[in-house]
Amino acid sequence: MSFETAMEIVIKAENLTKRFGDFTAVNSVSFSVQKGEILGYLGPNGSGKTTTIRMLLGLLTPSAGSIEVLGINVQQNPEPVRQQVGYMSQKFSLYHDMTVEENLAFYAGVYGIVNRQRINAVLEEIGLTEVKRSLVQNLSTGWRQRLALATSIIHQPPLLFLDEPTGGVDPAARRAFWDLIYQQVEQGVTALVTTHYMDEAEYCTRVGIMQSGRLLALDTPQGLKKSMASTTIWDIHATPLLPTLTRLEKHPNILLVRLASDHLSVITAKDMDKKSLEHIIEQGNSKCVQIEEAEPSLEDVFLTLAGNN
Amino acid sequence: MLELVIQTENLSKSFGKTRAVDNVNLSIHSGEIYGLVGPDGAGKTTLMRLLCGALHMDNGKATIAGYDITNQAEHARQQIGYLAQRFAMYEELTVWENLQFFAEVRGLPSKEWVQRGKEILEFVGLEEFAGRRAGQLSGGMKQKLGLASALVHRPRILLLDEPTTGVDPVTRQGFWQLIIRVVAQENVTVLISTPYMDEASRCMRLGFMRQGKIFLEGKPRDLCAKLTQQIYELQGRPLQLLRQIAAKHAAVENVQMFGGRLHLRIKRGQAKTLGRLKSEIRSAGAIVDHLKPIDPQLEDVFIALVEK
Repeated sequence: MSFETAMEIVIKAENLTKRFGDFTAVNSVSFSVQKGEILGYLGPNGSGKTTTIRMLLGLLTPSAGSIEVLGINVQQNPEPVRQQVGYMSQKFSLYHDMTVEENLAFYAGVYGIVNRQRINAVLEEIGLTEVKRSLVQNLSTGWRQRLALATSIIHQPPLLFLDEPTGGVDPAARRAFWDLIYQQVEQGVTALVTTHYMDEAEYCTRVGIMQSGRLLALDTPQGLKKSMASTTIWDIHATPLLPTLTRLEKHPNILLVRLASDHLSVITAKDMDKKSLEHIIEQGNSKCVQIEEAEPSLEDVFLTLAGNN
Repeated sequence: MLELVIQTENLSKSFGKTRAVDNVNLSIHSGEIYGLVGPDGAGKTTLMRLLCGALHMDNGKATIAGYDITNQAEHARQQIGYLAQRFAMYEELTVWENLQFFAEVRGLPSKEWVQRGKEILEFVGLEEFAGRRAGQLSGGMKQKLGLASALVHRPRILLLDEPTTGVDPVTRQGFWQLIIRVVAQENVTVLISTPYMDEASRCMRLGFMRQGKIFLEGKPRDLCAKLTQQIYELQGRPLQLLRQIAAKHAAVENVQMFGGRLHLRIKRGQAKTLGRLKSEIRSAGAIVDHLKPIDPQLEDVFIALVEK
């Protein structure tokens, strides 16, 4: 018995480029996404994430390069692509003076779906049945995000684009939303998600990091952490803590330092050893209490890759 | 003993039937960076507005640097710098004029604020942009101007209401370095609210907030320690089958997908029965690459508590 399925490419971008005048928003980006993946897309504001999604949706024409989505050439045939993808934007549009059910029925109508059963099935699937007669204006952010997701899957798209879908909710609600994404993926849906949350990035099967229009890295969360092999992450307990941090920040051999509650998390090049680091710390009036090596987090990867602007 | 600079007792505020802030007790010491974590509507903003005097409490007591916020409101307010989530600035005024406006609102004569204004602009890295209109600043620069305006009267306490929401990790890191310098160099105490757990893990202490209440408080290290030896990572395939089997296992309280892996939350003290889970999975014809304990994250703590 084999659990492997043949790889099916859902998105294929080659040398994708978008220029606005002199400004290159997306610079020769190539990647492909397989069926059933959840691709996380990270990057500073203005790094080209949304521009990339818009090109994939056929809403913007690339200046160069090519895109195939669901086997369709997007530049030549944007219409059929849009009918087969779901898109939830960070500022999703719901009608606040209509109920949950009415909003969903409205979006169903946009896609030409008049089948009541499909609407009820989606309400059930996304866990909205209990609030279906509530006005959107009376719902919390978490419920609205669920409804926005429901509207984006009403036409059963095999590919979902989620642009910062979970702002303003707590980790429990964020997790519950992700369980819905996984539920879709188990049914064979592929998802591309942009986010600023590092915990969310950990939920993705692969993560791409964009900076100034370039795709700097694209790998599994574990793979990205392994890519930090040329650096060492240190947990440093020192007193006084904050003055130590502000001094280390200026030191040329310290790549990054941040506060981690009661200690400091520091990134250095691989060739830095514990003794030299201790020496750097104690050069000021700081006292080292404990220094140990630590595992890199995705935030470390992101700050190291995208932070060197 | 460090001085208590923010202290509240049963602080409460309702809007109609909604108890926005419900019997909150806070004790924050001088030089602390205290984080408030919770969803929209949890009461974080209302709590900050009560502390800075923009709203009046229904019940309870609060002191700011020893001043009672009801009876000594003016003194209390002078101690506070407040950066609202959507802070107001005059887009058609320059950076310097905005700073001047906020200083004068605070009642500072020019001989006091001009020198401080220069110092604070240099501190946040906006000195070159003093003459630029605020409307022409980037998002990150506006945030810095907001911070400068909140600091111009040398407050001892800084209230920051989700200053980094919607902001990427690189910009967040830069903003945090500024906050830390404020704390280290000016001995300011910070109360900051955030939806980001990576950011929460930087704070010295945290309060998790829901429905107006602080339902858990502590140092990130101590909060995570509550789940020590209870979070396991399971990797193998096919993931769906692994998930089903793990969810049925008696010792497993909760299963979460994590990309190509699963995170299991194990009932306290029951980790030793996990050996059977591996064999159950294998006898179902699935593959286990590894099953190992991992360090709990703040996110795990929050979710575990909310589920109870």
